[in-house]
Amino acid sequence: MSDPDREYDSAEENSEHRVDRRSLLIGGGLTAMAAVAATVAGSSSGFVERLLRDRFEELSPERKAEILDELEREYSRRFGRDVEVADTAPMEGVVFGYGLDIARCVGCRRCVYACVNENNQSRDPQIQWIRVLRMEKEHGIELAGSNAYYEPAEVPEPDAFYVPVACQQCRNPACVKVCPVKATWQEPDGIVVIDYDWCIGCRCCMSACPYGARHFNWADPVISSEELNPKTHYLGNRPRPRGVVEKCTFCIHRVREGRYPACVEICPVGARKFGNLLDETSEMRYLMREKRVFVLKEELNTQPRFYYFFAT
Amino acid sequence: MTRSVRTEEEGIEDHGNRPTPKEVDGDRLLPASTSLALLLIVFISLSLLTLFSIMRGGVGHVGSDAGGRKAYAPADFPEIEFDLALSEEVEVATSEEAGGIFRVPPPPFSEEGIFPCSECHADMEVNRERRELEDFHDDIHLEHGPADRWCFDCHNPDDRDSLRLVNDTLIGFDESYRLCGQCHGTIYRDWREGIHGRRVGYWNGAKSYLLCAHCHNPHSPRFRPLKPLPPPVRPQFLDAADGGRP
Repeated sequence: MSDPDREYDSAEENSEHRVDRRSLLIGGGLTAMAAVAATVAGSSSGFVERLLRDRFEELSPERKAEILDELEREYSRRFGRDVEVADTAPMEGVVFGYGLDIARCVGCRRCVYACVNENNQSRDPQIQWIRVLRMEKEHGIELAGSNAYYEPAEVPEPDAFYVPVACQQCRNPACVKVCPVKATWQEPDGIVVIDYDWCIGCRCCMSACPYGARHFNWADPVISSEELNPKTHYLGNRPRPRGVVEKCTFCIHRVREGRYPACVEICPVGARKFGNLLDETSEMRYLMREKRVFVLKEELNTQPRFYYFFAT
Repeated sequence: MTRSVRTEEEGIEDHGNRPTPKEVDGDRLLPASTSLALLLIVFISLSLLTLFSIMRGGVGHVGSDAGGRKAYAPADFPEIEFDLALSEEVEVATSEEAGGIFRVPPPPFSEEGIFPCSECHADMEVNRERRELEDFHDDIHLEHGPADRWCFDCHNPDDRDSLRLVNDTLIGFDESYRLCGQCHGTIYRDWREGIHGRRVGYWNGAKSYLLCAHCHNPHSPRFRPLKPLPPPVRPQFLDAADGGRP
């Protein structure tokens, strides 16, 4: 026994009909892991399935359908009503652009709450994707001196104008570049989306975004069953878990079906415009041709698809 | 001192004789008591300033009357319709083959049954005198353009159910944008192209167009001020631990 040579020899002799230590450990380990996985999967099937899956973009259509189905069942159970989770694909030959008429906006914040209503943001702790900045006419566009907490009795105030800011859907998005796990990316129609199941909540994108457009779910989002908008999109307004980042998606569940975003429709002064940048006859192309247009923080080369303009 | 400076400049190693910086600069420092007093004054004034600003500002250095403490949600404003249904005109236009062609919604008359105007005006003699209206339509006060503007610049004295353009063309109330467009040509063009005014519907198809008069009272067209919805919760009042609404 003490002679290493002898032991070696005997092992070699018996290799044909003896399970060696290494393969035994690997085999046993795998069996054990499979058993654990099966147990956990049996108790809550969706969780492990989603934990082990590929990135959403790389999934086969069948697998996507399974995941959407699973989510629909989960949300319907949680909210006690039918919830639809779609993954409507981008349209061919469409790149979305947004226009906002600074000369018209009165700062009434109807868009802020219409957005919350449409996109299932947490009510408390509060998350709002649109932030309306009040600026002094005297100073012009000056983000540093702006105020988001104004509340006069009536708007517009004579000495102020208002600049609503949400995700600018940049062509060169800093948030996408910094994401360490590729949980956020740019779709072919220009919408920057987030896969909430892939986001690890590191918040790098929030610090990279120069527009403060991204928001973090510090706690479990609170939204009642009656308040929930049951028409959702996987990459957009489906209910979010705690610990993920979210932001404006141009109402991806609406615009991919041809509808205007909710903020466009609610705006009482019609300051918000939306359309296809590749269509020369669209509202967007008209206003870019005919009006004075600018983007926020142009010097950062983020190249937003969100254009502010002056119609008068 | 001059010697040590020179040796430094010349790069000569002279560590042995060189005086320490403390000895060199010592005579230029303030006496200990004066500097202490100065430090004390700075410290006291800074702490007073902080204390004062905290007392004045209340919690989180925000004025006690400032908003942004309570988390409001859309459900707090039942008077506002956030879930906009498609208008009848858009529904009709999308269901038809010739999508995108539709009528504007009916003109917004001030009262039910006030139209057609001929119901009353057919039997009345036309009074072409410029005057303040007293017995009827006394809610109308013209605040639109020059002071000499009056009713028959737009209304047709011979048939009140139609409006009259400057070239004597008669148009219905549902085409009133043509009348407004006589003066507001650039806005009229923007409206036609979809840049001016509110749209509800499809960005690539049928959408609702409103008449000018739906948003602007033709007799007093300035857009009426609105009460803004409340501001967002300030970061210092965001309470992630508290799940319930206050």
